[in-house]
Amino acid sequence: MTASPIDYADVQGLVRFGYKRMTEASYVLARVKDAAAARSWLGSAPVTNAATQDPPPPTALQVAFSPLGLDRFGVPAAVLAAFSPDFLGGMTEANRSRRLGDIGSNAPDHWDWGGGVATVPHLLVMFFAEPGGLANFMQRSTGPAWDAGFETIRRLNTADLDGIEPFGFADGISQPVIDWNDTRTRSKDRGNDYSNLTALGEFLLGYRNEYGKYTDRPLLDADARSADLPMAEDAPEKKDLGRNGSYLVMRQLRQDVRGFWQFVYRAAGGDLAQAEALAAAFVGRTRDGVPLVPIADHPIEGMGSDPEEVRQNRFTFDADPTGVRCPFGAHVRRANPRNADYPGRPTGVARLLAALGFASKGFRDDLISSVRFHRILRRGREYGPSILTRDALSAAPADDPERGLHFICLNANIARQFEFLQNAWMINTKFSALTGESDPLIGTREPRPGCPVTDSFVVQNDGSVRTQVSALPQFVTVRGGAYFFLPGLRALSYIAKAHV
Amino acid sequence: MTPQAEFFVLAPIIPAREADLRRLLASMNEAPGRLKSDNAVIPFAQFDRLHVARVLIIDDKTVGDTQVYNITPAKYPLYLGFLGDVDGDADAFFAELAARAPAGLRALFSCCEGFAPEIDLVSWMKAHGAPASASYVNWRGRTVRRIREEAALYDALQSHIERAATELRSMPPAGVHARLRELVNGDVAAGRVTLSPEEPTPFGWRIRNLLHLLGVPLLLLLLSPLLLVAAIVFAFRVRQLERTDPELCQRHDPVLGAELALIEDHDVSNQFSAMGSLKPGFVRLWTTRFVLLAIDYAARHVYTRGRLARVRTILFARWTFLDGTKRILFASNYDGSLESYMDDFINRVGFGLNVVFSNGIGYPRARWLILDGCDDERKFKEYLRRHQMPTQVWYKAYPGLTAADLERNVRIREGLESASLTDRDARDWVALL
Repeated sequence: MTASPIDYADVQGLVRFGYKRMTEASYVLARVKDAAAARSWLGSAPVTNAATQDPPPPTALQVAFSPLGLDRFGVPAAVLAAFSPDFLGGMTEANRSRRLGDIGSNAPDHWDWGGGVATVPHLLVMFFAEPGGLANFMQRSTGPAWDAGFETIRRLNTADLDGIEPFGFADGISQPVIDWNDTRTRSKDRGNDYSNLTALGEFLLGYRNEYGKYTDRPLLDADARSADLPMAEDAPEKKDLGRNGSYLVMRQLRQDVRGFWQFVYRAAGGDLAQAEALAAAFVGRTRDGVPLVPIADHPIEGMGSDPEEVRQNRFTFDADPTGVRCPFGAHVRRANPRNADYPGRPTGVARLLAALGFASKGFRDDLISSVRFHRILRRGREYGPSILTRDALSAAPADDPERGLHFICLNANIARQFEFLQNAWMINTKFSALTGESDPLIGTREPRPGCPVTDSFVVQNDGSVRTQVSALPQFVTVRGGAYFFLPGLRALSYIAKAHV
Repeated sequence: MTPQAEFFVLAPIIPAREADLRRLLASMNEAPGRLKSDNAVIPFAQFDRLHVARVLIIDDKTVGDTQVYNITPAKYPLYLGFLGDVDGDADAFFAELAARAPAGLRALFSCCEGFAPEIDLVSWMKAHGAPASASYVNWRGRTVRRIREEAALYDALQSHIERAATELRSMPPAGVHARLRELVNGDVAAGRVTLSPEEPTPFGWRIRNLLHLLGVPLLLLLLSPLLLVAAIVFAFRVRQLERTDPELCQRHDPVLGAELALIEDHDVSNQFSAMGSLKPGFVRLWTTRFVLLAIDYAARHVYTRGRLARVRTILFARWTFLDGTKRILFASNYDGSLESYMDDFINRVGFGLNVVFSNGIGYPRARWLILDGCDDERKFKEYLRRHQMPTQVWYKAYPGLTAADLERNVRIREGLESASLTDRDARDWVALL
């Protein structure tokens, strides 16, 4: 095994760890009020890196910047302009909203933060702590320099629901595994099979991605200011501001848990077991995370042999080509179709014929892009109290608290990863040749030109006509969101002293 | 079978009339990217043989790229381009167009050089035709009428399934097929559903198609000794050029990017218009010509039913030489967003992209014409975006329907027209519903 080329001490820990042990977390969205004070706070902020520590630290602090934030910290315009266009354009750019499904009640105009000029964050600071330690840690980590430098616009608290998301399903099961040792980009066969191991450069800037290439980030001339930055792998004379950093996508998603279960219960004719089955069809897994398709009889690269992991994650949809076990439109099937570059792994002449399209005859062949270019690393956390299904079936009290997910994901190419996933797979009414439906959990139900109906859900039946569930309400509403840059630690110090 | 034909009316714009033309084009839309299909200039929806059409101002911002070869950029006029794809003969379509929208066409063309009020519209359009060197049709012979009838059939089947769900679910697949067939026959008898039989294939077209099918390989065979030598010489020369050809894949202008994004994703399909200059020299020109000939041949005779190699999202596409052979315009109609379109291309037909587009100035470095190139995803995407031009007016006759929808509807109809299906075929057919 080759040693990792990574300097973990230069990577923010969130890329490598979910900080599960630190069950308390709070996300602070802030704006720079005094640049000098802000820089001074940043210069001494105890940002946690990805190196393993023994004993593991009881707390962690991570910092990410919006384009506006980088500008306020004094990153020169020419440097800023070299970040990726999607990051610079921002999540709320009107044309992007159309592609992301941020229309109707999801539109940025209605957001609690990030939608209007005054609530666009400059900075996202994430605090993590072991049970009981958060308040103290936050107090210690902020202090007078923080107060002088920043105006806190939102403090987003999170809840520890013990791995269960608010609707009641096991969450966070399917995650790509980062190829820290960068073995993958050296293999020509990396697209042959569905793999959970994903090139380093899909998540970390400055490394080769699944194409064997590099994504957009600023490369700087070597000078006094950039002296401490790492060198660019693909341009040895340049300093790489992106290296060991990542793009972070954040979205606050409100989940209407009562609406979800009440709808499912009604659609199942008031039978709780049927309701559970329909909810599982929406998700593509049972509540405890077991997929609706059988476990694969062969191992999948990038997955361990832990029985729990095998039971929940060792599967592809090859075993269910007609969607009769797991509907084509199920959430997990949209989010990760688990395919390879070529179905059936052809070699030699068969591969050539497949490339020329002669192997694709069936109606559903070649409809879905190869998944390895569209993985994201999810790092979000839930918020709001948990609620039992039977309680969710009763009407909401007047003071019913909001529940949902602070969705966070990391990727190296927002347009090709997060945005593609959201646009082409999650909200697309035409995903996998479906029609008239969007993701049953997170999709918008807004009509789109030519697609007046987007609120159905179809369950394929073996050898018989499909069952259609109609008039799904929207269960998830976007409440806020922004794109951030999660820099490496050396890049952080560059930003802290970037002003002229 | 009614074959499809492409048309392209191309004329230089009188500089003083550009602003008027832009206003006129804007007046055809409800909003940027959203056509008023009954607009007063060209009421596209009235033409039931028209699949897709666009009117655009051909404004190639990359003309200056020739400077990397020390060639002074030519001063091209802005052109008005009016192009589309129709069922049957393009001349017949021009006649219909001139009959239905004379005032609008005159208003448009009056912004162009060489047009005068007394000119006959049809002959003027024909005289300004720019034929494609290669064109692709998603499904040869599938008419607009057929697409609409089959979409209505799909809707009718959906309501039958909703109404008779319990009954149908108790039946084996062949029973479901028989029952739905019966119900649809009832619809047809009552005039609720129309399934027009195919028109006979025009005799002249059949002969031409057959001659093309046989003629091109025959010609290549005859010339093969010469071509073989040429191919070897060309291959080494191209490889030599590839090592030094400059790449121009810098970040595209964000203003252009925003202008393009504004008119995208208003339907499940999008338009794409791009333009670029060919790399200089004999070798590149003849390589391009040969490749386009091959693509055109494959599109005409091989990829005629829903698939261009592994790509299933292109409805219509074409390559057209402009200004002699200096520049090429690529125009396509595809499903999904631009990002997914580009990914589809890179991951599935990268070799096909490289073999054509690597003859354009600035394309990401290719190797032996088919390798590398677009594998550099970031450069390729910037290259495409840089060359893309806003399409001011775009029409698609079947909003909300993707190529996959159209194929599903064809398969449903074909299955329905079989009196009985094997058990396996019946299962596959029922799964389409």
